Amino acid sequence: MSENKKDSFMLGGHEFTSRFILGSGKYSLELIDAAVKEAKAQIVTLALRRANEGGVANILDYIPKGVTLLPNTSGARNADEAVRIARLSREICQSDFVKIEVIHDSKYLLPDNYETAKAVEILAKEGFVVMPYMYPDLNAARDMANAGAACIMPLAAPIGSNKGVCTKEFIQILIDEIDLPIIVDAGIGRPSQACEVMEMGAAAVMANTGIATAGNIPMMAAAFRQAIEAGREAYLSGLGRVKEKGASASSPLTGFLNE
Amino acid sequence: MSKDEHINESILSDEIKEHQKEARIDHMTYLPDMEVLESDVMERVISAMESYDYEKYTAADVLRAIENENRTPEDFAALLSPAAMPFLEEMAQAAKKEKEKHFGNSICFFTPLYIANYCENYCIYCGFNCHNKIKRAKLNESEIEAEMAEIAKTGLQEILILTGESKKMSDVTYIGEACKIARKYFKVVGLEVYPMNSDEYAYLHKCGADYVTVFQETYHSDKYETLHLAGHKRIFPYRLNAQERALKGGMRGVGFAALLGLDDFRKDAFATGMHAYLLQRKYPHAEIAFSCPRLRPIINNDKINPMDVHEAQLLQVVTAYRLFMPYASITVSTRECARVRDNLMNIAATKISAGVSTGIGSHAKDVEDKGDEQFEISDGRSVTEVIKAMENMGLQPVMNDYIYV
Repeated sequence: MSENKKDSFMLGGHEFTSRFILGSGKYSLELIDAAVKEAKAQIVTLALRRANEGGVANILDYIPKGVTLLPNTSGARNADEAVRIARLSREICQSDFVKIEVIHDSKYLLPDNYETAKAVEILAKEGFVVMPYMYPDLNAARDMANAGAACIMPLAAPIGSNKGVCTKEFIQILIDEIDLPIIVDAGIGRPSQACEVMEMGAAAVMANTGIATAGNIPMMAAAFRQAIEAGREAYLSGLGRVKEKGASASSPLTGFLNE
Repeated sequence: MSKDEHINESILSDEIKEHQKEARIDHMTYLPDMEVLESDVMERVISAMESYDYEKYTAADVLRAIENENRTPEDFAALLSPAAMPFLEEMAQAAKKEKEKHFGNSICFFTPLYIANYCENYCIYCGFNCHNKIKRAKLNESEIEAEMAEIAKTGLQEILILTGESKKMSDVTYIGEACKIARKYFKVVGLEVYPMNSDEYAYLHKCGADYVTVFQETYHSDKYETLHLAGHKRIFPYRLNAQERALKGGMRGVGFAALLGLDDFRKDAFATGMHAYLLQRKYPHAEIAFSCPRLRPIINNDKINPMDVHEAQLLQVVTAYRLFMPYASITVSTRECARVRDNLMNIAATKISAGVSTGIGSHAKDVEDKGDEQFEISDGRSVTEVIKAMENMGLQPVMNDYIYV
């Protein structure tokens, strides 16, 4: 992409040029700064439950100034708890952004779309920039969009699994059908997988475990950034045709039209 | 070691031997004040344990279990078998990978606070048992507050409130008041107190507690009967169903443990894992935690020891829990020394206590040190020292990972 052509996307009236949303969990606090810099991330998520205001090892002290904080409601088991955590997060983080996570499955940590949609409706009315983490289901995504979500964040695979784009076809449906940025969240374990969803037309990628469990965290953050940029440029440039089975058929079926 | 040698007469005082001859109430019959759950969990746990023949597993079963992505109870059984002993390194490597996938390098910190050590139970291996001649005490509300304020100064945000098991001396209201005080100083409040009914758990949840740990000690009911001679704790099924009642009462998480060394540790560890596994399937939202205690010497009986559960076996159990339920919290208590704890944290455990005393009134200077310890601890490091030790291993201390809502 040429330098003078800005490729940005909007979330709740805010414009972002970085399409890499970085998580801050599961790794050492003193590495957050370097990871954010290498990722060139403008949005950093944090679990509000990790905030320890004024206390030892407070994650908020380690997130560099100037980035948009995206607190999540992890720990919420239903809409009501998500709403309460979101309100707390607004107070503590001084941010209207909130990522809704409603999970009542301790094994796979799969999100509950029904409760998430309820929380979106309440919080959007209260002026939050609501970013729901969800299982990629078109009906639920439509409900969330209608309820005032700022984007849709479908999972690629179970959170923390690093399994890649297991839900590819369904994410593609959301990209094609929902008029909001689709930010692929959870399960993206490798830069190549991040690249893949960007090629598909995702607006951004959110990743944490894939970076947090790397041998060199800042270097992996940079690798993800480059992969996301590459995928975005590929999407914008229009992917070339991929021939499915060798050469084109020698006897076209429509040949009779010229007879 | 043969199965009947785990706790045998060599460790018992003459007094305990005398008491053992007394007629004892039926340990399988609920007392009138005990809530009876409609649940098949106990039956399923016990039948799984009884049919667990750990000698039948081979090296190939163990290797397959290590390699499997989603491990079944059958894999768990193989991992706990003697055939797994030559593969501890492989198990440790796999456990570390699983731990990092789910928890990254985070290690949660907490400390236990013993607020009373009165006990009506007669558990022959426990320092708090009602016949053991120790100093008994109970903190009043201002003493609890002073102790908690002192602990909070160390930076800890999670507290585990413990009592001896005497509902008379430490009633539910007393524990509830302690929870309310704890909420002023800490973000996470856990309980390790006597088992109670689900409405009592609901009350304590309202007071601020969210996690309940109950050690079953042993899942072998005949053995259990010979170790728990009197008190509410004698009723085996009431204790076993405590976690389910706690979840019904609205608690967010429940902890499980067998006291390794009391009986056949392989069977007990298998039953502990199955208990957690079945409850998680029944209550998918439940947060699951394991503790991995080994027997420790107590005041007036230094012959009590972990028997055949050496460090290698402990490692086997801890890694098997991690591989079976990769998302569960695992705590290794100060019963273990710093070297063992630190290494287990690096490999498979996720939660560590620091600045620990198991006596009553030992934290604040102006609270009299008035009650004796439950057991001897092996790791007396302060919070700062444990933080440093974790950081030196590349682990990230986390003081709170929870919001009470």
